[in-house]
Amino acid sequence: MSYHIVVCGSIVPDPLQTLTPMDGPQGPALKNEMMLPAVLDPWAGHALFEAANLARKLPDCKVWLVSLGPKAKLQQVMMAVAQKAPFQFVAVDGPASGFTDSFAVAESLAQAIENIADLDKGKLLLFGGWQSASRGSGSTIQMVAERLGIVDQFQGVDKLTVTDDGIEVLERVDGGAWLASKVEGAPAAFGWATGELPEPPNNPQVGMMNMKSIMPALQQAKPAQPGTGFKVQGVSVPQVVRETRIVKDMPVDDIARELVDWIKA
Amino acid sequence: MYTLSTLPGDDVRQIMWRFSDRFDLQMVVQSARQIARGTVATLVAEGARHTHEWTEHKAQLLEAFDQSGLTSLFMDPHQGGFIEGPKNLALALVAFELSWVDGGSATCSLASNLALAPIHEKGTREQRDFYMHRATPPQPGEDREIWRGAFALTEPLPYVGVDTGVLVGKVRVDEWKDGAEPMLHVEKRGRFITNMDFAHFVTAAVDSADERIQGSCMITLQADDPGSFDRGAPTLKMCHQLSSTRDPIITVKVPASRIIGGYEIKDGVIVPKYSHSEIIGAVFHRTRIPVGLMTTAKLLSAVEPVIRYQRSRFRGGDASGPGSPKFEMGLQQKEDAQQRLVDIWAMGEAGASLGFGAARMADAFDPVEKRKEALLEEQGCTGPRKQMAALKKKQAETLEYVDLLFADPADKAANQARLDELEADTLVRFSYLDAVLGVTIPATKVWNTGSGANTLREAISLMGGYGITEDCPGFLMYKWADSQLEATYEGPEAVQRMHLTVTMGNPVFLAVLGKWADKLDASDRPGAAALDAAIRAWLWAYEFLDAAKDAEGKKLLHRKRQGVTFPLADALCWLVAAASLFDDVDALIENGPMNPTVAEGLEGLVGFYTDLAFVQAARAAGEAGRILAELVYGYGAQADTSAFAALRAEIDANLAGARLAKDRAGEALTQVMIPEALDYPM
Ligand SMILES: Cc1cc2nc3c(=O)[nH]c(=O)nc-3n(C[C@H](O)[C@H](O)[C@H](O)COP(=O)(O)OP(=O)(O)OC[C@H]3O[C@@H](n4cnc5c(N)ncnc54)[C@H](O)[C@@H]3O)c2cc1C
Repeated sequence: MSYHIVVCGSIVPDPLQTLTPMDGPQGPALKNEMMLPAVLDPWAGHALFEAANLARKLPDCKVWLVSLGPKAKLQQVMMAVAQKAPFQFVAVDGPASGFTDSFAVAESLAQAIENIADLDKGKLLLFGGWQSASRGSGSTIQMVAERLGIVDQFQGVDKLTVTDDGIEVLERVDGGAWLASKVEGAPAAFGWATGELPEPPNNPQVGMMNMKSIMPALQQAKPAQPGTGFKVQGVSVPQVVRETRIVKDMPVDDIARELVDWIKA
Repeated sequence: MYTLSTLPGDDVRQIMWRFSDRFDLQMVVQSARQIARGTVATLVAEGARHTHEWTEHKAQLLEAFDQSGLTSLFMDPHQGGFIEGPKNLALALVAFELSWVDGGSATCSLASNLALAPIHEKGTREQRDFYMHRATPPQPGEDREIWRGAFALTEPLPYVGVDTGVLVGKVRVDEWKDGAEPMLHVEKRGRFITNMDFAHFVTAAVDSADERIQGSCMITLQADDPGSFDRGAPTLKMCHQLSSTRDPIITVKVPASRIIGGYEIKDGVIVPKYSHSEIIGAVFHRTRIPVGLMTTAKLLSAVEPVIRYQRSRFRGGDASGPGSPKFEMGLQQKEDAQQRLVDIWAMGEAGASLGFGAARMADAFDPVEKRKEALLEEQGCTGPRKQMAALKKKQAETLEYVDLLFADPADKAANQARLDELEADTLVRFSYLDAVLGVTIPATKVWNTGSGANTLREAISLMGGYGITEDCPGFLMYKWADSQLEATYEGPEAVQRMHLTVTMGNPVFLAVLGKWADKLDASDRPGAAALDAAIRAWLWAYEFLDAAKDAEGKKLLHRKRQGVTFPLADALCWLVAAASLFDDVDALIENGPMNPTVAEGLEGLVGFYTDLAFVQAARAAGEAGRILAELVYGYGAQADTSAFAALRAEIDANLAGARLAKDRAGEALTQVMIPEALDYPM
């Protein structure tokens, strides 16, 4: 079976940075947002690495990465991402902060996917993060799928196995259990949890190949139409005090015990 | 007053170091950074540096380099690499990224390339293809071990160290059958040879001990050659423990075809195409840039941990609670803490500007040098002497080229045709680039490492007692120790100063230096005038010393007078580094607005960098002024030095506002946003 896998994934501010919400001219924003380093949204990253892995094992598969984000920042992040897995890049220029409307984002993404010239929708597997690290509404992939007319949808996916007669899916459910399902095949949508794969090592050869499509895709990226019906009223971060303690050489058991004590307290 | 919002990110660096349009290089930076802050940082944190031996633990590095493509970075695509063309800037960026965390890991990554460099620069086609191919990771479907190399020049004390003219390693004819290729017997004892634990081959410098072999050469020796390939004892070094260093003892039999660059047989004598010193000259010309940048990376890497330390110094005590200045700003309440960090930052920026500038120019130089070689060979102009003479004939045209290159836009446009013509002249272009690189490369090596090491000491002092603990964030103590090796290997400071003694007096370079001064003079950037005056003072002193004689009537500006030439070289390095920083800040001012991510905080960035450049200009002008005054007055008490005195006074007067710039930069450091946590462990 061959598939056309479209991965929706964008960038988020590097979580090591101090993220302070503030009021910007177009509503809420993060302090120094444009200047903060960005990384590939880890949820989307899992989806991309799973897609690449699947495509490598099956004949005639293709992978696209569709990103809605500020193109200058997308370009920087792609310098690392492009080396990790082969894909065709499709960029839409727009905000990638946590203050966007997932309804409008889904609209833009679905349009961008519709416009992919050589995409065979009969073979389409839509991949994305179950949530995103910027705003975990958990709704984007679902709405993209709806717009593309994909009704078989799975969320919180940890494992996907292609068998002779379809695809077996493990979805996360409460209590650390999995819900096992089977779908006949494409088209289907999968919102990935963490998947099973580690981050692949960089391969500059793959990177050089990918960049040939990434640079023009960024140049041609069309601005997304921001939704107008959506307004963020206000944002704040929980006022927790980070009390990081640095301890070296602490046995794992002791760490676990301390955590349990803390949770119980 | 401006505010510096965040620490400068990749976009800013790409503009300043001019690789915004090179995604291949940006990718390389990302790969190297991941290894640095992952594998390398973990190794250091786990104590891998605590042994002299090369361990399996340390060997993880090699695997990480292979997997991420760093091993094949040196190669061209047809050899299994991924970047076409010169790679000086690429290698410099990798060394910078790795040294940001650990200098030894950078050396480990570069050492195989150093071994390949003689083959790359001067090897025959067959030699290049053979070794380059083996040194790249296997391609899909291939099953083979990756060959790693070591470069063996230095020998047991007291033989080859700084003075590489004398070699104790010897090559003799072992067997030479009629019509067959001669077999050679090579004996080489190395001292401090990096990569020696796992090298499959060694590129060794040896001298002839046989009248059937002429002069010296470099030759490749392989671990499986018949004879003895004893890797020797590990060096009990106290720095760069993430690279392997041993003192090998090698006695092997090899075919003459291993002589790098090949050989001819003239009247029954094997004549190597290149002597060992010709090859070493070509190699070190390039590889010294990354070494200089290694120390620089550490200076810049110190900024974030020091700010973090300063700000959190008093948190948790009884004396201050959240919201109080003491709690929020910590040591940054104190002017001295801020301003010393400004000094460290400025030194780091200047070193980076100098080194990356040299690396970019070396990339431009490589193809020109190849064309020059081919051209002169075509003209039958072989051998260093004849080549020198041919280039000397081009000096007038090269000076004309420099004039036009730096002319103001109107003059340049009016003479565009002539400028193009001169630019297309391989020998003119070669002479220009060679003259500038002849200074900027050794300057990068000696100034970035030497002054950098001194400055790293200051960075540690800003961490107080924490700085000299093993868990000091940013491994500053290790970085300081390592910097001494960077100042030593590939030619210690004396070698670089000797090199500068010869190159800084090149009339083409002197003309270029004058143009740099003009450019600073024309700029209205704060501090430019002080630097301009200091460069003029240097040029004046150079001419003065060139004409002056000592008490015994002997020439002062002479290679043998290291007491004169070495300080003069040091003064020049300070000035050239500071001028390079001005140049990079120009690039930021010009191209920053075009980049949307940089544009947002550009005002603050430009304000801060303008002040840093002024701080550095003031420091450089001061250092140079002090050295020059000592030389001029120290040797020329009887002469008319009034012109020099006037220039010195001009330098001083042009420092107006330098301390205000430092105040502003220090203040900016109290506001800048830093990440929540350092992105590598301790
Ligand atoms: C960890 C490590 C790794 C190394 N890796 C390699 C390697 O892979 N391959 C390799 O070939 N070598 C390697 N080296 C050797 C290194 O390049 C030499 O140590 C270096 O060139 C200096 O030589 P030396 O130690 O013999 O110093 P010396 O020659 O003893 O010089 C000591 C000092 O004497 C003074 N001096 C000497 N000559 C002059 C002069 N003519 N004029 C003025 N002053 C002078 C200077 O102050 C100089 O710094 C390595 C060294 C170390 C420590």
